[in-house]
Amino acid sequence: MIPSKLKLALTGGIALSMLAVAAPASAFCGFYVAKADTELFNESSKVAIVRDGDRTVITMANDYEGDPTEFAMVIPVPTVITKNQVHVSDVSLLDHLDAYTAPRLVEYHDSNPCAPEMMEDEIVVTARGQQAPVLAMSKNMESAADLGVTIEETFTVGEYDILVLSARESSGLQTWLTTNGYKIPTGADRVLDSYIKQDMKFFVAKVNLDEKAKAGGEMLRPIAVAFESPKFMLPIRLGTVNSKGSQDLFVYALTRNGRVETTNYRTTKIPTDVNLPEFVEGDFANVYPAMFSKAIDRQGGSGVVMEYAWDMNWCDPCAADPLSVAQLKELGAFWVGGNGDMQRGGGKGMARDVYVTRLHVRYDAESFPEDLKFQATGNRQNFQARYVMQKAFDGSMECKAANRYKKEVNKRQDKEIATLANLTGWDKSEIREKIKVSGVGMKFDVDGPSGDNWWSDMWGDKDE
Amino acid sequence: MVSLIEEQGQAAQRETRGVMTMFTRLNSNKILTTLFRDPRHFQITALSTLVMMGTFYYAFGLPLWHVLACVGSTVGTQFVGDKITGRKFDARSPMISALSLTLLLRTGSIWLSLAAGIIAIGSKYVVRWRGKHIFNPANVALVILALLFDSAWVSPGQWGAAPWLAIALFGIGGIVTKKASRWDVSLAFLGSYAALIFGRAIWLGDPFAIPVHQMQSGALLIFAFFMISDPKTTPNARVGRLLYAALVATIGFTIQFAFYKSAGVIIALVLTAPLVPFFDYFFPASRYYWPNQTPPRVTPDTQPKGVSHDTVQA
Repeated sequence: MIPSKLKLALTGGIALSMLAVAAPASAFCGFYVAKADTELFNESSKVAIVRDGDRTVITMANDYEGDPTEFAMVIPVPTVITKNQVHVSDVSLLDHLDAYTAPRLVEYHDSNPCAPEMMEDEIVVTARGQQAPVLAMSKNMESAADLGVTIEETFTVGEYDILVLSARESSGLQTWLTTNGYKIPTGADRVLDSYIKQDMKFFVAKVNLDEKAKAGGEMLRPIAVAFESPKFMLPIRLGTVNSKGSQDLFVYALTRNGRVETTNYRTTKIPTDVNLPEFVEGDFANVYPAMFSKAIDRQGGSGVVMEYAWDMNWCDPCAADPLSVAQLKELGAFWVGGNGDMQRGGGKGMARDVYVTRLHVRYDAESFPEDLKFQATGNRQNFQARYVMQKAFDGSMECKAANRYKKEVNKRQDKEIATLANLTGWDKSEIREKIKVSGVGMKFDVDGPSGDNWWSDMWGDKDE
Repeated sequence: MVSLIEEQGQAAQRETRGVMTMFTRLNSNKILTTLFRDPRHFQITALSTLVMMGTFYYAFGLPLWHVLACVGSTVGTQFVGDKITGRKFDARSPMISALSLTLLLRTGSIWLSLAAGIIAIGSKYVVRWRGKHIFNPANVALVILALLFDSAWVSPGQWGAAPWLAIALFGIGGIVTKKASRWDVSLAFLGSYAALIFGRAIWLGDPFAIPVHQMQSGALLIFAFFMISDPKTTPNARVGRLLYAALVATIGFTIQFAFYKSAGVIIALVLTAPLVPFFDYFFPASRYYWPNQTPPRVTPDTQPKGVSHDTVQA
């Protein structure tokens, strides 16, 4: 057997930032209403949902980058939201949660087949870039009552001016929004009407430029909203009204019990725990999105895919530290007490009763006609998207066993290429080309004779 | 040596011939007829296929020992129950309950899988009214466990809503319920539910893609064809069954859309099951018997209207 001692190196998270770049035009659960006729896209949405019983805290981030005066965000919410129920959160919070739950690469190094004791350890974690939401809205609030629109609440939290509206019918709401300078996507009125009849309210946020200046910083911070409602759902229909193609949404669900799954769509798992060629380490940002797209294509181009489900007390391997108690409380995990922060590799003992599920949803209007409905289950079985890089020994090998080892490595690499081809849909020749370009994980040139079996080298050549 | 081999060869030939004649004597047609006559065989086949699909195609993460535990506990409970009550043991009904439970109950605990089987079959012997058990065995176990334990739940999304699966379920479910003469319940339930779902969509102004997606739910169709259609726990008369199915659909719809519980129809079936004797009272008809059961001979004048007297095992 080849002595392969484990050595861990991680590359977590990069995949998703790249995914965001690769993803087509999209909008948040709500939609952006622009005052100008510019084409407005945001690339992918991130939402953290903390849920216990009917108590819900939703933290929303968006990675639109643009002129803050140009945008506003409209989100249907199940109840009227007051100022105390809104909180402006830290930009790094969702990024940390994203990094902690991200698909990860693990690296193992073969040891020298000629001197099986030698090895070294290294752990590498790569961080990812981050983007933030930008929102804006008009100030004109005249004639709301005439149009059947009630401004339930109006307040400023952090850099956001927030309105909570309820309406009697969609045309009034639409007229109100239009006369106040918002460009509503055509076809949105039917969806608005449906939400109004389901007794949903509308949470409208824009950027308060003075407060934004005071708060400083380039990026807009995520908005957290706390409410109590039996509806465990995310409204996505407004986002699909005018969309071109599919959109990506990341849901990080935190519960006390266990995994969260969708009840009106099937939640599937991303293929995991497979060995991939070595070059993937440098190209994970292309490989993972391709794998994700292929997995989604196999379901017909859209779907809900689970990428991570884990007890927040630990991780193995860790793409980032588990969130601290303070961070969990900031996200709305109100039940978490004490200060016992876990560090990477920490034990399971210090239960904080937080279970996180990361769902990656790719949806379009056609295959996701309904809003996403969720349920928390009692499933505490951990799951992660983990890909293994088994690195061949690259020092000098001076023994008979070396040739056999090299042959085995070459065979192993063919298998890894086949796996990657299957998971990404890439051509094997294309993958071989990538390997050549990357210069890592190349096949050994096997020179000199060597037995094919382990016993061939054991007693030497019988004829000698 | 040679003669010994020859002798052995002849003996083997004789033996084979003997086995062959034994098989020809057993009328193969008869076996097939017996197999096809009992709707439970169809149901077991269909449910087993779905369990396989769930395990291999949909990757439910269903451990084999959970399936075995569940089958073991239902069949075992039935055996004990039949011994106590002095009825003839039949493993087919508990098999069906076990397979339904495996399909719908999700749990990480093998003890809950075992408990589900015991509750399901136990309910048949304990909760009875005039010789007929009240609750659909798998249904009542499912609801009790999901309500009592965090680590047991129902996953309505696990079957997705693929059109091909919907069509396949309609086909297979149609055959199975036709065999058990309960296609009327399935169709009445689906019809009523569809009316409510489409009515809601029209009221909300939603595109029909939404109710169509909701009707294609694999879990809903499995419920319609393999749970509510149980001939033993549905009303005896057709009119009663149609009204009963509509009632389950209405209550299930209400639980789902007014109380936001995704497993609405499953809860609705448990809630409405105690009303079945009323349906039987108002719409009397003869009881359903599996093909191997003999209905007791009752002359019309000895049987009071609306009451059935037999106590044949369920």
